[in-house]
Amino acid sequence: MNKKTLFLQGNEVCVEAALYAGLDFFAGYPITPSTEIVEHLASRLPQKGGCFIQMEDEIASMCAIIGASLTGMKAMTATSGPGFSLMQEAIGYAVMAEIPCVIVNVQRGGPSTGMPTSVSQGDVMQARWGTHGDHAIITLTASNHQDVFAMTVEAFNLAETYRTPVILLLDEVVGHMREKLLMPEPAEIPLIERLHTSVKEGTDYHPYLPREDGRLPMSDFGGVHRYNVTGLVHDMWGFPTNNPKIAHGLMRHIVDKIENRVSEITRVKEYFLDDAEGILLSYGSSARSALHVVKNRRKSGERLGLLELQTLWPFPAELVRERCAHAKYVLVVELNMGQILQEVKKAVDDPSKVFLANKVDGTFITPTDIRNVIRLILGKGV
Amino acid sequence: MAVRDYIRERFMPHIWCAGCGHGIVMNNLIRAIEVLGLKKNDIVMVSGIGCSARISGYLDFHTLHTLHGRALAFATGVKLGRPDLHIIVPMGDGDATAIGGNHFIHAARRNIDITAVIMNNHIYGMTGGQYSPLSVYGRMATTAPFGNIDQAFDIVGLAQSAGASFVARTTSYHATSMIKIFQKAITHKGFSVVEVLSQCPTYYGRKNRLGDAVEMMEFFKKNTTPLGSAAKEKNPDLIERGIFVQEDRPEYCAEYKKIIKKAMGEQ
Ligand code: SF4
Repeated sequence: MNKKTLFLQGNEVCVEAALYAGLDFFAGYPITPSTEIVEHLASRLPQKGGCFIQMEDEIASMCAIIGASLTGMKAMTATSGPGFSLMQEAIGYAVMAEIPCVIVNVQRGGPSTGMPTSVSQGDVMQARWGTHGDHAIITLTASNHQDVFAMTVEAFNLAETYRTPVILLLDEVVGHMREKLLMPEPAEIPLIERLHTSVKEGTDYHPYLPREDGRLPMSDFGGVHRYNVTGLVHDMWGFPTNNPKIAHGLMRHIVDKIENRVSEITRVKEYFLDDAEGILLSYGSSARSALHVVKNRRKSGERLGLLELQTLWPFPAELVRERCAHAKYVLVVELNMGQILQEVKKAVDDPSKVFLANKVDGTFITPTDIRNVIRLILGKGV
Repeated sequence: MAVRDYIRERFMPHIWCAGCGHGIVMNNLIRAIEVLGLKKNDIVMVSGIGCSARISGYLDFHTLHTLHGRALAFATGVKLGRPDLHIIVPMGDGDATAIGGNHFIHAARRNIDITAVIMNNHIYGMTGGQYSPLSVYGRMATTAPFGNIDQAFDIVGLAQSAGASFVARTTSYHATSMIKIFQKAITHKGFSVVEVLSQCPTYYGRKNRLGDAVEMMEFFKKNTTPLGSAAKEKNPDLIERGIFVQEDRPEYCAEYKKIIKKAMGEQ
């Protein structure tokens, strides 16, 4: 089959993938370096009859996609840096009220206004803990355009499966870089639609009573079941309660439905891990440089491997521990002060063999930067 | 249908204090909906946080109880998702004009077909009596122990200049006209704002020695006058009530439908 080859920016790939996944509704606010997503959807979404709206800010954007999702639409927003901070309150609402939606954050240098046009992976922990209170979250990332496409579709699939907000963490390099995309054929990537309740009109429907598998079939607003949705702790009808037993059950449910399914949610790519003495662990754009180093050094017989994470949260601790068990060292390559490094250290048997190659100056980490750190680890000097 | 047919009895008793104006507003909203003969499945009630916002949970519609100040942003998503549904947003004064002020003016500017009912009791009730952007100058609140030096917004003026195509004011005393205004607001195509002067005897009343609920409602009776009345000319301090704006203007969802047509034609 002759596939359509496109040459696109990462942000445009994200748009194409969202449309492929069945995006119906987008609300957003322009911010660098994610603006192209907003711009492209402004023309692409109405072309397929979907709804695009530019809201007054990122807070409103996040709220609007939750409202739209409740009417049965696949909904998404996209932002960067400060905009992601503004969305946190409503992301927590989507967690609590269990509303499927996708939030794309094309990361830029921070904190605050930081470096709007520069690359960073500094929002990894914010994606995990940005909203207040105990909760679980799904966060995906990608290093190249084919994967941006796949992970964007995956984000929708996971959001609809688990009735949860899913964060897609891209970064400025991936978002703005242009490279080839082999456009997947329709139906080539399976799409998952949300579960709708089979409870008939006139029969009591419990919007917040999980099935045995933890899933909660939904009923669209405007349909035959009228129920309450709230960010307060609620019972199976969605009505607020302070009952400690119900509160405990709800907290366990919103955390367990994700944390108990780490292996189902985990997406990783493995390169030359079988015999690797040194393992690079990376994600997003920095994984590109890491892969370059690994392939290059393999040519000279160095037993290097790469574990590329595509699911950042829930963190695949078991898998990381297992893959890194026999490595002499693990080098985490990321564009922050060690946000995933800490998770890797917690996961592996011997944290003293875990090192960091990073950059936080707004520039991209190069293969040479990584090579230099490896030389230091091996005691060869730079 | 009787009023009780619209209420989720499972969730009673409500949380409101005796004499609170919110119950009156809820009751009149139900009556307006009943007179209009709207189907319960066709109504979505979206609210934020505050005593007033609890109305949504008590009513047997599709109900969305959201974040403080954000109800109109959520409602915008619901409305665009299902333009055929009636969206009613009960709000308090803090909810609508402090934390939610930005969403309020932008919803008005878009003229999206949503009905915002702003229960103005001049105070934050749920958190225990702090001043709001609608607290009257000089009045007392727990956060204004020496008197409030903020100037209050005029909701009607604000909504009007922000672009709402239906703007009205009524009070908890004037039940009959409130029902009629609600009917008109709900059927109006565009963003409709109804300010209801309402009483919070527990905090605003007590802090400012305004008496009990009945006395506070008497105050609304004495100090308000129908729009354009001669009484206003004699006493400019009287607050006018009635419909200030009722205009036919392009509605957002209808405009968006045109965008889809254009976009599909251009493909
Ligand atoms: S505190 Fe005030 S506004 Fe709240 S329920 Fe009581 S009387 Fe009503």
